[in-house]
Amino acid sequence: MAKRIEDLTVTSNRRLSADLYVIELLSPATLPELRPGQFIQVRVDGSRETFLRRPVSIHDVDIQDNTLKILIQVVGRGTERLSLLRPGDSLNIIYPLGNSFSLPLPGDRVLLTGGGCGVAPLLFLGKYLKSENHYFEILLGFRNSQRIIELDEYSSLGKVHLTTEDGSQGEKGFLTTHSVLKNEKFDRVYCCGPEPMMKAVAGYCKKNNITCEVSLENLMACGIGVCLCCIVDTVRGNLCTCTDGPVFNIKELKW
Amino acid sequence: MVNLGFSIGDLYFKNPVLTASGTCGYGSEFDDFMDVSQLGGIVVKGTTLEPREGNPYPRMAETPSGMLNAVGLQNKGIDYFESSIYPKLSLYNTNVIVNINGNYIEEYVALAERVGRLENIPAIELNISCPNVKKGGMIFGTNPDSAREVIRAVRAVYHKLLIVKLSPNVTDIVSFARISEEEGADSVSLINTLLGMAVDVRFMKPSLSTVTGGLSGPAIKPVALRMVWQCARAVKIPVIGMGGIMTASDAIEFILAGASAIQVGTASFIDPGISLDILLGIEKYLIDKGFADITDMVGFINKS
Repeated sequence: MAKRIEDLTVTSNRRLSADLYVIELLSPATLPELRPGQFIQVRVDGSRETFLRRPVSIHDVDIQDNTLKILIQVVGRGTERLSLLRPGDSLNIIYPLGNSFSLPLPGDRVLLTGGGCGVAPLLFLGKYLKSENHYFEILLGFRNSQRIIELDEYSSLGKVHLTTEDGSQGEKGFLTTHSVLKNEKFDRVYCCGPEPMMKAVAGYCKKNNITCEVSLENLMACGIGVCLCCIVDTVRGNLCTCTDGPVFNIKELKW
Repeated sequence: MVNLGFSIGDLYFKNPVLTASGTCGYGSEFDDFMDVSQLGGIVVKGTTLEPREGNPYPRMAETPSGMLNAVGLQNKGIDYFESSIYPKLSLYNTNVIVNINGNYIEEYVALAERVGRLENIPAIELNISCPNVKKGGMIFGTNPDSAREVIRAVRAVYHKLLIVKLSPNVTDIVSFARISEEEGADSVSLINTLLGMAVDVRFMKPSLSTVTGGLSGPAIKPVALRMVWQCARAVKIPVIGMGGIMTASDAIEFILAGASAIQVGTASFIDPGISLDILLGIEKYLIDKGFADITDMVGFINKS
């Protein structure tokens, strides 16, 4: 699929929690084919401190409306500026970038799991899998009940299991301590979230011989495989997160 | 009609816009964004005799109006280049220049000989200015005697166009341009990145795994421009200017200051099709200012 640079129009920007925003973007042309796991490179204008583009996961896609959604967590100047976007604003992006999650085999018992802002690609993946009639369950982890986002969206796709670190909603603990992992047997796990969370899930999957794909987020300059900055140390040597990833089978990673 | 073409030695360039090594991969990464063959040339990723894994992550830090990198010449080596990359590069209808690097003079020489045998590579850029490797690289480019020795050795075996890429991390870059000229280089290109660093205050550690790295982007443009201007006045061989060029106007500054050609680097990370926009902007400027030929514009500020 050809990559392209395009000015998209912000159609909405909704604050979901203290530091998470979901921004809907409208393409002036027909959206290219987008696959779950892929990302876009966003140009943040207006400050000498936001010189490079920001890689952002595709959170949701509506082919009919020609829109896509991104989930932004405010962590620095770039994401702060993005959080201030208003309907009608223009956003320059390069897309579609990166590989995508591989599809489950027929009959695979599938789990989508992640937490915090890392849930971003899981919504798109869940909608896609549902449209392909793959059954799956969802395990989400957040710090506390105030941090939980879009539970209704995930619930409409499949059975949702929930953890919070303080137990304010769902089971208390982490993804890997949730009872669903003891009570159910999964064949394939898709995971995205903070690195310690993904490493814990990867550890669980390795131990239980479960196929697992994780979506990585590394510092990136170009997003198209020329700068070689976003490398991941893998069993095949240094690979680029942007072109060889962002989705990796944990068998490839030296975790 | 304006003429954008010019020659360095026997090599004709259809226009003065080239992409800088390490910022354009092997050209094909840009195919979705522009027709690479319309450029004056591309300088492909720094190549070494043996494959190199480069430095550990993190290799990049964003800084005000620029970025630091410490990639460390990650590449698959000359054998892979010859078998898997060169055939594709040969399809481009532009000057494909290979940036060569080594730990020792013997490696530079061996690499120059290998690349010299490749019919569709009309020039090399001798990189004696990479700041991100422990051996070779900038060590050659910051010591006049070593620089002279490596240029002389490569010149002896390489008979096509030889461009020497200079380091700005020296007291007097002009002396290195002069050495290049004296040793028979056909051109000098400058500047490579400026040595810099950044500290992550949140995690209280260096932002790069190597602590220091090379600064690029518009933050370095005034320094680069000054050095290009100095070198262009000091040597007769053509100077290829680069450092923070983001727009046609930036490129024109370099040409007016004495650069015969320019390279677009970090700007391609933000807009992979920017080189072609810059070329169109230069052409428009020539027309607007009434220049018939790009060469009339080179060093214009020094002429009056």
